[in-house]
Amino acid sequence: MQNLIDNFFAYTITGLTIGAVYALVALGYTLVYGVLRLINFAHSEVFMYGTFAALWVVMLLGGRPGAGVGQVVFWVAMMFVAAMAMSGFIAVLLERVAYRPLRKRNAPPLIALISAIGASFVLAEIMGLRSRITGWVGLDDNLRDYVRNSRNNAGMPTIIAPQPIFTIGGYHVTNVDVFVIVGAIVIMIILDQFVKRSRLGRGIRAVAMDPESAALMGVNRDRVIQVTFLVGGLMAGAAAVFYMLKIGITRYDAGFILGVKAFTAAVLGGIGNLRGALLGGFILGLAENYGSAVVGSQWKDVVAFVLLVLILLFRPTGLLGESLGKARA
Amino acid sequence: MSTTTSAPAAPKKSSPGFRERVDNLPKAVKIALWVVFAFFLFLLPLLNIPFITTEGSDFGGVLFTVATYVLVALGLNIVVGYAGLLDLGYVGFYAIGAYTIGVLTSEHAHMSWVVVVPIAIVVAMISGIILGAPTLRVRGDYLAIVTLGFGEIVRLTLVNSEWLGGAQGISDIPKPPGLELFEVPSIDWSSGAPVVDLGTTSTFLKFGINDFVPYYWLALGIIGLVLVFDILVKSSRVGRAWEATREDEDAAELMGVPTFRFKLLAFALGAAIGGLSGALFATKAGFISPDSFQLLLSILFLAAVVVGGAGNRWGVIVGAIVVAYFPERFREFADFRVLVFGLALMLLAIFRPQGLLPPRRTVRAKRADDRQAVLEEGEAHV
Repeated sequence: MQNLIDNFFAYTITGLTIGAVYALVALGYTLVYGVLRLINFAHSEVFMYGTFAALWVVMLLGGRPGAGVGQVVFWVAMMFVAAMAMSGFIAVLLERVAYRPLRKRNAPPLIALISAIGASFVLAEIMGLRSRITGWVGLDDNLRDYVRNSRNNAGMPTIIAPQPIFTIGGYHVTNVDVFVIVGAIVIMIILDQFVKRSRLGRGIRAVAMDPESAALMGVNRDRVIQVTFLVGGLMAGAAAVFYMLKIGITRYDAGFILGVKAFTAAVLGGIGNLRGALLGGFILGLAENYGSAVVGSQWKDVVAFVLLVLILLFRPTGLLGESLGKARA
Repeated sequence: MSTTTSAPAAPKKSSPGFRERVDNLPKAVKIALWVVFAFFLFLLPLLNIPFITTEGSDFGGVLFTVATYVLVALGLNIVVGYAGLLDLGYVGFYAIGAYTIGVLTSEHAHMSWVVVVPIAIVVAMISGIILGAPTLRVRGDYLAIVTLGFGEIVRLTLVNSEWLGGAQGISDIPKPPGLELFEVPSIDWSSGAPVVDLGTTSTFLKFGINDFVPYYWLALGIIGLVLVFDILVKSSRVGRAWEATREDEDAAELMGVPTFRFKLLAFALGAAIGGLSGALFATKAGFISPDSFQLLLSILFLAAVVVGGAGNRWGVIVGAIVVAYFPERFREFADFRVLVFGLALMLLAIFRPQGLLPPRRTVRAKRADDRQAVLEEGEAHV
């Protein structure tokens, strides 16, 4: 307990940065759940592909520590472009291959979950076997730096050196922390406005509220679902960039535990509710950091899961209630 | 004007399927077939049948692994197939069973294996009730996530708890007491034709460290007992209550079925069988660590049930064999087995969502649905 009091702000800031990543990934779960009423189990892999896209583009552009401001801005921008494009593509591909065929056959939700688990394995293993797969097509020499040790951690050069900007309660808040937290909130405000104001956003809300009536009103359901997956993928891509800037290490199975936590965040805030995802992400990030300060960092994941179980028991609809259709956003 | 209505067209008579043909056999023949089949399963590890037998890894050990998967699938089938509760943390009960054995026979006490196995079953069952009592009230897909969390909590507790051996786990789990009744010879195929090899034998129920065949026999016997139990429970009032709860919980509740209590019962029974499988695993392995209880295992268990056909006990047995045996048989592709497995799950979901051997009721219900569709929309749509 003393540890928590002494380092309260350190734990708070760390919790908020990781919470921002959870929140962005949680949006993907929440959007898909709102529209399709199913848990997109493979969304964690969408995020994981984003981290690799971010890593590879930095390697490709020769990213290194200690470059000038203009160059760093360019690298980070390219990370966003690459990661969001990759994650968006994987998410849309996932919908086409793993979900749409089932929807056409009116499969029960359990089957969709099985298909998603299968897709999740396939995506993770393709990444984990990338050195072998590039070997088959004879590209392993050209791509050696990108595919080697494909089952081990891949680290990214720290292109933004963490520098303290200001100090709060003895903790030096770095530029990376600020960038991640502010960036995530800005992206979420943009998404919020997109769902609230744009034509496609209206379609998403309509399908979430009542798919059949929406179809009768002329909403193209398949297209809306595709857009929903794309938006969820773009958010996961952005989360991947923040994750790589803050943590800097990824692996073919890096998505799994983060995906479960992000799902927890979505349920915590009220699944299907966009603002709930934001709130849930931050609360989960804070809770697991405070919790690990009190009971020891090896129990960090347990804290998150216990929190999930408690929330589901006492407030199963989450903190803000669960409806993409009814929520104003 | 005729008052007679035209008789409904007789349902199309299809040639009797495998199942009907087996059902129509005289009872004596059926029993005889079962005995022969059981005898074949008993001898299977020693027959060394070409192609089926795994090369590189001990076939007795592989069969034991398959048998534990079958046992787990039978237990999980009660939860997922009969009661319709999606459980993604089944490995938690498996781990609890295994660790009960480890703690009571090696780590903190040296009790006899025969005493500890029932304790392991009871401990797993109690943990099932403790988890189920608060969580079975939440909605179905949430239950999946809560149980997923439970599986992880169990594993992380094992990793972090020094009392349970921490990350190193528990070793030196003693072997169960043996009987050494008789020896069973194996078959040698090296000359191209089967020859009885009296030199390589397995002793019936001598639990050693080199020969895993007796463990397989033990597991086989337990599977037999669990199957009998499963058949009795499923065809009793309890089984019907599960079916009613699964199909329509509100309707069942209105008809006076205490759905919550029956769901909890399914959860507890499933947990007990999961604990029993874990206890068997720990017995054969002699060493357990948290790494043996990864979340992936829960997913594999669930896949076994769904691949085989949730709700049909023979289906889930087939599913368990597919999930456990093929990766062992095709070890040369070991690096790609998860990839292939994932692809297989996706293909199965798309082309055979009801599983390889769906329960009879599902088949009946589907036919009824088709007939309903014909009535509502006319022949043209079908």
